Formats: sequence, structure tokens, C-alpha cells
Amino acid sequence: MTEHHRSPDDPDSPPGGFGRRRLLGYLLAAPTLAVGVQYASALARPQAAAASIITLPEPEQIFDLGDAQDLAALPTSGLITVVVNADGTASFAAIRTEVGQGMTTAIAMMIAEYMDLELDQVTITQADARPELIFNQLTGGSNSMRSQYGPTCAAAKLAKQQLVSAAAKLWHITPSALQTERGKVIHPDGRSLGYGELAARAAVTETRLVSLLVPDAVPDFRILGLPQGRIDALDIVTGQKTFGMDMRVPGALPTMVARPPTINGTVVSLNNAGQILAMPGITDVAVISTGVAIRGQTFGQCIDAIQIVDVTWGPGTVDGESDATVLAALKGGLPALPALPLGPLSVSGEFTFYFASNTPLEPDWAIADVRADSAEIWGPFKVPIVAAQDFALMLGLPQSAVTVHVVSSGGSFGRHLFHDCATEAVEASRAMGQPVKLMWSRTDTFRQGRTHPMCISQVQATMLPGNVLTYTQLHTSVQTSFSHGFGEILTATAGSLPITGFGLAETVFQLTESSPYNFGVTTQLLNEIPLQFSTGSMRNIYSPNVVTAEELIVDQIAAKFGQDPVAFRRAFLKDGNVLAALNKAAEVGNWGQTMPPLTAQGIAVHSEYQAAIAVLVEIDCTPQTVNRDIPDGVGGPRVTNVVVVVDPGFAINPLGFEAQMIGGVEDGIALALTASLHVQDGLILEGSWDNFFYTREWNTPPEIQVVFLPNTSNSPCGAGELAVAPTMAAVACAYARATGTMPTSFPINHATLGFTPYPAEPSTPQSPTNGLQYT
Amino acid sequence: MPSYSFILNGEQVSVDCDGDVRLLWVLRDILAVTGPKYGCGLRVCRACTCFYNGLPFNPCSVPVSQIKPTDEITTIEGLPATVNKPLHPMQQAWIDYDVAQCGYCQPGQIMTAVALVKQIQAEGGEITEADLDGIRNICRCGTYYRIREAIIAGAKNM
Repeated sequence: MTEHHRSPDDPDSPPGGFGRRRLLGYLLAAPTLAVGVQYASALARPQAAAASIITLPEPEQIFDLGDAQDLAALPTSGLITVVVNADGTASFAAIRTEVGQGMTTAIAMMIAEYMDLELDQVTITQADARPELIFNQLTGGSNSMRSQYGPTCAAAKLAKQQLVSAAAKLWHITPSALQTERGKVIHPDGRSLGYGELAARAAVTETRLVSLLVPDAVPDFRILGLPQGRIDALDIVTGQKTFGMDMRVPGALPTMVARPPTINGTVVSLNNAGQILAMPGITDVAVISTGVAIRGQTFGQCIDAIQIVDVTWGPGTVDGESDATVLAALKGGLPALPALPLGPLSVSGEFTFYFASNTPLEPDWAIADVRADSAEIWGPFKVPIVAAQDFALMLGLPQSAVTVHVVSSGGSFGRHLFHDCATEAVEASRAMGQPVKLMWSRTDTFRQGRTHPMCISQVQATMLPGNVLTYTQLHTSVQTSFSHGFGEILTATAGSLPITGFGLAETVFQLTESSPYNFGVTTQLLNEIPLQFSTGSMRNIYSPNVVTAEELIVDQIAAKFGQDPVAFRRAFLKDGNVLAALNKAAEVGNWGQTMPPLTAQGIAVHSEYQAAIAVLVEIDCTPQTVNRDIPDGVGGPRVTNVVVVVDPGFAINPLGFEAQMIGGVEDGIALALTASLHVQDGLILEGSWDNFFYTREWNTPPEIQVVFLPNTSNSPCGAGELAVAPTMAAVACAYARATGTMPTSFPINHATLGFTPYPAEPSTPQSPTNGLQYT
Repeated sequence: MPSYSFILNGEQVSVDCDGDVRLLWVLRDILAVTGPKYGCGLRVCRACTCFYNGLPFNPCSVPVSQIKPTDEITTIEGLPATVNKPLHPMQQAWIDYDVAQCGYCQPGQIMTAVALVKQIQAEGGEITEADLDGIRNICRCGTYYRIREAIIAGAKNM
């Protein structure tokens, strides 16, 4: 009994295939074999199979954000190419951005599988911004694997076919008599030719169109579906992986920005440019729209110069706002919940979620070389086309004169959907007439970076004995900025979306949120408060908050019915795959075992990105754990055990998928217990990782187990964000059960400011000088 | 312009720069040794962890003027040479357990792990959960669980 929609065209095809989608392929005119693939038919939209429809499917369940991205990508996604090199290796320029999620490893696996190569014979690079791709160059929404899988495998298979054909022609034999083996074509008599020897012969001089089917699932995949370590692991552990911050572009000297003491503050005047220029190593100073850009021989000298900057600052966009005023604005904007009918039981709750930072560990950076008639920019762009358009507009240059290079980066979590750092680099390079390598300091990333907006989720359910009649969730949030390409995608697909009449944020909300329960008349709506904070999508967008509020209420409803949380969920879950995940988690996690006082289990489920997941956690809220002495950090409750059970559809790389689950677990723990931003007088107080309490070793669970249900589908689901929401919810539920008090404000330690804030100015604190005392 | 000299990964190097410049920027911006990463410049995130005469330290918080010509600085690039192998056992463990996601913090994590295991082994002890809890290096991808597995495995081969 399922209403999932995993196999658009052929529900009976075995796991690991794609259904029989027809694609357009190209043999591209080139000196060596190069093939490209394009979707040729609209993705068949799945039909929502009728389950026991007590509750009508919400939009997310028949069409989610990843689908919207897929659909928008259709007309132009044909341009992905596999090139066979003279040394027999294959090259592929990925149009999604590697930020740690393992996308390049998964793509290499697809190509190695279908070309019959070893994994190390495939090279994956990052494609530059390609304006002709329009919407197909956005990394987000856990959509990369879902949209890239079919076309990439088809391109690899076409490349192999061409190599076999070239060998067949050479040997005067029918292609079907030939076999391949790890980069070689084998003649029945034992002769062989390497792909490298055939690459030029297989090349074409005029681009030709070929029609092809998405390849069948191979019953005995050699690489796909099997655990595979990251292809960049060796480079990473030896320090050889070149992150953006490690790139060298001639003349692009280190550049940093002295920033205002309030969010989005402005420069009225710079009062000591000469003094700054006289500092050791400093070469250039320029006022840009966000502060004072300072260029020097080393980043350390830029930090030194920031210490003496004297600026008269203008107002920011949220001056005077603090946690309390934002909370008041949210509460003032709360819509009225429906009046409760007489008679039924009801449960309601109001849950506050404070601001959080999505900054990755590699700080924001970009390199820009702006000339009179052209510009070249490097950055960790997840939406490079929109960035390129913005830069061209800023500089008054034709699009063709602006080259945007995508560099894989040290994490993203939604941050690199925005290119504001690169905009600063372009401004600074233009103003200084020099190439710049612009970096945000760590303090900049927290104080002026993108935040997950503060929000309140109101939930109300009405029941009759044994039945839930209505479920209403009204989510009121400081507005989220989607001005990075999602907006354009959704506009382009507006006619195909199953919802109409909503604004952009509400559309994203409707495409990502849905209740997994048969709760009768179900309503989930977003309500935005127009405060001008710098916001953006953080890993899993609305779901961590929405699901946490829902699952806490589900436990309350279960309690009203006198039912165990797992037994109650079993009775009310709509989706068989989610139910299977729940049952397995309860079994593996030994649900219901006796726990010591002030410790408890919690469980939560979620379905998004066409996957199903259940998370069971155990939490320790005993005083000796909560009051641990953590120097310059917070202890608090500790999650001691986590079981994640996931139905991944088809897991391309189970090892990488598991890594994403583990990372999502750590995010969920952080959001529930420790990680938030404090706003005071228009400024965020956090300035380092000892202020913003993302999960650290002392709060990581000593035990995490990830269990895969057997592949239920032939197409991959999204992994990167999946585990965040159900983990946060499970931790919140466990905390409620351990302490006997349902938490209503997150993270639970937010009320205590666990650090002394750095001063508002200088915007980047000086680095210590006593490091040798701590060897 | 003053000149400073020290032993970097077994080779004597010298740089001309202001003495206040923190060693991290001398390594990264002047010598182009980019294994040690900037993650905060505040001796908090530990992404720049290297060895100073064999002991772990954070070059983001040490002015180059404090480094003597005879001091030995070891970065992740020089770690394998400390055991005369192509890879240090801890690096191999990191690969075996597929620890890295984005990878940005991992050079610092590995250096911290090696230093921790060396210290515990010198004291004749075994790695405990408390030892692992005491590691301050941050990983924003949340790879802590595999880091813990890899440290225990890597220690067995050290």
C-alpha cells in the first residue's frame, strides 16, 4: 500500500534501472569521442496510487521541489557530455557542484559502470557557468542524483557503444560479437584494443543526433549500488585537494572586508584610508556596498588592517531588532487557528525556533579579475548561471564577456546558493583595478552571513476517540530569501505545478512539506513576516521545524489516546515505506526497553525527496551529563544512541548515502539542543564556533547505526538533507519523554548565552598570539 | 623586511615578511602550503592544526617571529614522512572508513588524531570515549562518528 511515485514509467523494472525513458543522444564533432545526452520526453509524472485515502495527498506527496527542478531542467539538459581521452580515460564536467555530498563520486560510479571502466579511469571536473543550461545548473533540494542519473548513465552507455562500433569496423566484425572489459574492447579471438586507441576512430566530424533508451538496469551491477569510498579521499587526507581558498590566480591577492556593526549596515564614510594603506603588506583599499575592502599580501595583514579601520557607518536593515522584538513580531503576525468544535478532544502547541547559521567550514570566498572589457570569476557557486547574469549586469558587460568558474567547496548547507561574496569580489576588483581573492572571516560568516529564519510553528489537532479529525499547522517565519534561482525555476514551471495562487516561499513550502499521517482534514500553511534579515535555505529548509512540531504533537495525541508512540504511528501512517522504516527502527533500536530515570527514547518519521526514513534516538538528560564541564562550549543533554532506518529508493553509493545520514543526524542534534544565533540590537552575537554551538565531539552520539531497507525502487532519492528533520524531531520527542516536559523553544539551550560575544567592531577580531602556550 | 627561517616538513625554509604575520598565513599565502586550513583564525576550529617540534598547535595563533630557525613545523603534507611511509596509518584509516565529506577540516582532524594517539600511547594508555569527546576540531559536515571509528582503527597501526 503505497502512494509513492518512484518509478514513473515502469513500476516493475528491477531496482537499479530507470524505466524505459527515451532520450536524445548526440555524437559530438570533436577530435576524440565525445557524446552528449538530452532528455527527449517530459518526465512522466507519477500517478498517486490510491491508498486508504482518508487524507487527500498534499502537494509534496505527488510533486515535490526536486520534481519542479527536474521539470524546469527538461528543455536544456541535453548538454552533459562524456569525452573519451587518448589515454583511455573518460572525462565529465559535472553541472552540479560538489560541496561534500559525494556527487562527483556517484557520477564517476555511473560512468565507470556503463562504460566498463575502473573508477579511477573517470575524471570529474566542475563545469563553468553555462548560460544555455538555464535551470539545469542549480545544486540544491537534494536533487542532484535524481536528475543526473538517467542521462549520465545513458551517455556512458552511448560512449561505450561507439567505442565498440569503432573496433568492429576496424576488425570487420559485427559489434555484437565483441565484449568490453575495463577499458578495452575484446575480439572473440582474444585480441583487444584500449578505449584510448579507439577514441579518435570513434570520433565524428559532424555532430549527429541519435535516439536512445535509458539503459536497462544491469542485474549484477559491478559498481553502482555497492559501497564506494570517495574518489577524492586520498587528496583530502594528504592535504592535496584544492579548495577555493587554496587556489592561486596570478595577482589575486588576499582581500577582506571591514564590515558594519549591524546586519546589512552601510558605509557613510571611510575616515582613514591613508592610515590603512600605510599598514604592512596592504596594497589597496576601496569602499564597496557592504563595507571597506582591504587587499594585502596575506590575509593576516588584512585582519591587522581591519583592526584600525575608522568608518562612519550608516543604518542596516534590522537595526534595533533583537530576539525579543523578532519574537514579538512573529507572535503579532500569528494567524488565528480554527475555532475548536465542541466535543472533540484536541491537542495544540506553539513552537519557537531561533535563527541558525548555515555557514560551512570553508568560509565564503571568491576570486575576481575584472578588466575593462571582460571579467573572470571563481567561486563555489551552486547557481552559477544566475551569478554570471548578475555580474554581467553589475559590470555592464555582455554575458559572453563574463566567465564564471565553479570550484568545489568545503561544505555549503545552502550557503552557496547565494553569491554575495563573489559580488563583493567583483566590486572590489573593479574598484581596485586588480584581481582579488576575497574571503569572509569566520566572524563575518556568522554575523553577516545567511541565516535560517526564526519562526513559530502552531499546531492543532482535533480528535474523536480512536480517530484524528483535523490537523492544522500554521508556520509563521521571518521571510526566507529564494533569490538565487529557485524562484526562476518555479516561475518557469508554474503551469505544471499542482498548486496555484501561492507566492514563491509558500510554493516552496507546499512542495517540501506534507504530513505523513492520516489525520483527516490536513492543512499546512506558511505565513511570512517581512523582516529584512539575511536569510536563505538551510539544509532541509522548513522541514526540521515543521516535522519537529508535528512529531511532538503526534506524541501528545498518542498520549491522549493512551497509546505508545510507535503503536500510534503504526496505526496512522499513510505510506507503507514510512511504516516499514518505523517498524525496522523500533526493532533495531529495541523500542520500549526500560530506560533509567531522565533518559528516554524518542522516535520520528519523515518522507521527502522521494525517500522514507525513521530515526530512533536515546537521550541522556541526567544532571551529571547536562552539567558536564565543557570549556568554551556547552554540554547539555547528550544523545547517546541513534538508529536511522532509510528506504533510499535505489542507493547509488550506500557508503556515501550513509555518510549523508550521519551528517544529517549531527545537524538535527545541533538544531534541537545547542545551535542557534542570538540577535541583539541589529547584530548577531555569535562570532566563532565556540559561540555557535554546532555539534562537537562531546555531543556526538557514541553510537550511530544506519540501516537500509532493501531497495524499493529503481531511481535514487535525495540523501543530503533527508535525516535532518526526523533526527531533530526524534531528539525533541526523546527530551520530552526523558524530562516529562514538552520543549516548545529550540534549541533548548537558547535562553542561556553560553559565551562572551566579540565586540561589534572591529568586525573581525584579531587572531591570538599565544598559540605556542597550547602545544 | 625581516627574514624568518624554520624547518618545514624536513626542509629549512626562510621567508621575508613582517614578524606579526601569523604562521598560518606564512604557510598558506607566502609558501603556498595549503594543507592547513583557515576556519576561524581564533584557535577555535582547529582546522589549521600542525605540529610544532612534534606537538600539536594552531599556526593561526602564532606570529612567525616566535618561530626559531631550529624549530620543526610539520603540516599534513609532511605527515607521511614522519613514519617514512607513503601514508601515515591515520591517513589510511581515514580512507578505509571513508571519513571525509567536504574534506576541509580533515587535515586538521588527522593531525589532532595523530597527536592525541601519540600522547596516549606515550602515557601507556588506551583511547577512551572521554579522550575522543575531548577533541575540539569542528566538522560542519558532521563526520564525527567516522572520525571516532578511524582514530581507534588508525591507532592500532601506530
